[in-house]
Amino acid sequence: MKILVLMKMVPDIVEELEVAGDGSSLDPEYLRFIVNERDDYALEQSLLLKDRLGATVTVVALEAPEIDDVLHTALAKGADRAIRVSGVDVMAGTRAKAAALAATLPGVPGVLPADLVLSGCQAIDDLDGFVGPLLSSAIGLPYLGLVSRIKVDPAAGTAVVAKEYAGGVMGRFEVTLPAFLGVQGCEKPPRYVPIAKVRAAIAAGGIEAVPAASGPAVTPLAVGAMAKPVAAGHAEMLEGSVRDVAERLADVLAARGLI
Amino acid sequence: MAGNVWIVAEHWRGTASDATRELLAVGRGLADSLGVRLEAVLLGHGMRGLAASLGPADAVLYVDHPTLADATGLVASRAVAALASERAPAVILLPTTNVSWDLLGLLPARLGVPLVNFCREVEVVDGALRVGSLLYGGKMAVTVDAGPGPVVLAILPGTGTAPAPGAPEPHVEDVAVDLADDSGVRLVAYEEPEAGDVDITQQDALVAVGRGISSEANLEVAEDLADALGGAVCGSRPVIDQGWLPLVRQVGKSGLTVKPRLYIAAGVSGAPEHVEGMKDSELIIAVNTDAGAPIFSIAHYGIVDDATDVLEALAEAVRKRKG
Repeated sequence: MKILVLMKMVPDIVEELEVAGDGSSLDPEYLRFIVNERDDYALEQSLLLKDRLGATVTVVALEAPEIDDVLHTALAKGADRAIRVSGVDVMAGTRAKAAALAATLPGVPGVLPADLVLSGCQAIDDLDGFVGPLLSSAIGLPYLGLVSRIKVDPAAGTAVVAKEYAGGVMGRFEVTLPAFLGVQGCEKPPRYVPIAKVRAAIAAGGIEAVPAASGPAVTPLAVGAMAKPVAAGHAEMLEGSVRDVAERLADVLAARGLI
Repeated sequence: MAGNVWIVAEHWRGTASDATRELLAVGRGLADSLGVRLEAVLLGHGMRGLAASLGPADAVLYVDHPTLADATGLVASRAVAALASERAPAVILLPTTNVSWDLLGLLPARLGVPLVNFCREVEVVDGALRVGSLLYGGKMAVTVDAGPGPVVLAILPGTGTAPAPGAPEPHVEDVAVDLADDSGVRLVAYEEPEAGDVDITQQDALVAVGRGISSEANLEVAEDLADALGGAVCGSRPVIDQGWLPLVRQVGKSGLTVKPRLYIAAGVSGAPEHVEGMKDSELIIAVNTDAGAPIFSIAHYGIVDDATDVLEALAEAVRKRKG
């Protein structure tokens, strides 16, 4: 079984985000990038399937700061191939990125067709679309998103997955392969890999570099302005020692009859 | 702008969702500003009663087919795309909910039109659509100029107020769409969550923990405060993903909506997906080391500090008051 996993980098929102001088984008000077969390779950899901069924896992990512670390880590965890696609602006919209992947992937030997294509079901910078629905439509695969717990029956050519709804209710779906699944979660958190294994992957130099093929032009969304949200209201901030703050909160709770 | 405004009515397991009422309110305002009709698309089976209740819409395009009882995003997007290709609406409104998630990704992909995600404001300026949206987990607000359309807008729950009852019954037009489903994606069954020890929707006091509590060991501190308050512990997405709490304790888009008398958000950043599940709590207290965390914009009281330290001190203070 061949599994293709798409990973991408997103701005780390634990860091303070600043607006650039143009007033409509993030200031790159202050940006730190981390791997999209859902993509990390997609990778873990693919590796669990490999552990169980002996699949071949190929990871593809667009070039971005720190992406080599992510790809080396994927190789160290057990991915068989890691491909970095260069030439697409890291801050481009999701539509443009999906279009670039759709134009490039068919030309990379051995990548498509895959039995299963996985990506995170969303990312924090998905303003104009989600990569799964866009790319699956472009390459002609059925798509199901918000899934976890993927179990594959290779003989039947099907996968059984759980799809999240609300209130903890899941839908159990049967999907005929090949298919594209947008991953929400996994049976367990992404695995830890010792740094020595990552160093070995770096030393092996296993990342394949591929230039992006040009596809149909995508008109980006016209972002007129970007700013930190102006809150309709704001919390009354309590300052002082932890003990003082706790006492004042206890006053508030007592006044409202909550204790 | 010649095209009409559409909403796609959301229902799940036979019941119309609250999001549909909100979409009708947002769509009505938009259609009136543009001077066009508001049309609701309803894909379902045996749901004529719901069709007739979509009152603020001028008309309902109703597709009735057994496949559409709980349609997959693949089937629903094909049906809506077929109708939209014929009738050319300028704007299609969908809710950013788990039920509509695949549809709102696949529909613009099929139509080749842009999506604007996480919208919380839509207005018409000089005949063009100006959309306010949230990005980066709610840490940035952007304004998008979507021109005259066509465009698909995904509306965050909580954006519109439900329209007043008493709107006239809309004209319901039965529409046929080719619905042969060869996608190979089939719903086998729904699985109810395992009954937990605690129903978080029934608690007066909830202590919610997020990524900011750093480790599973710190859950004990949250449990202790919840115990002192006579409430329970719940969590945001990252805590559930780590397996620190079961899914039935999750608040937000994939989890439950809660309205307790007291909600203490400890190390919870306040991403839109979480906020929609707890924003109507009576008293919200937020503790976070990040002074810019969006949770402070909806909290009544905020503390910029380590969540574990504050929870521990508060448990002690509460116990002291209770004697």
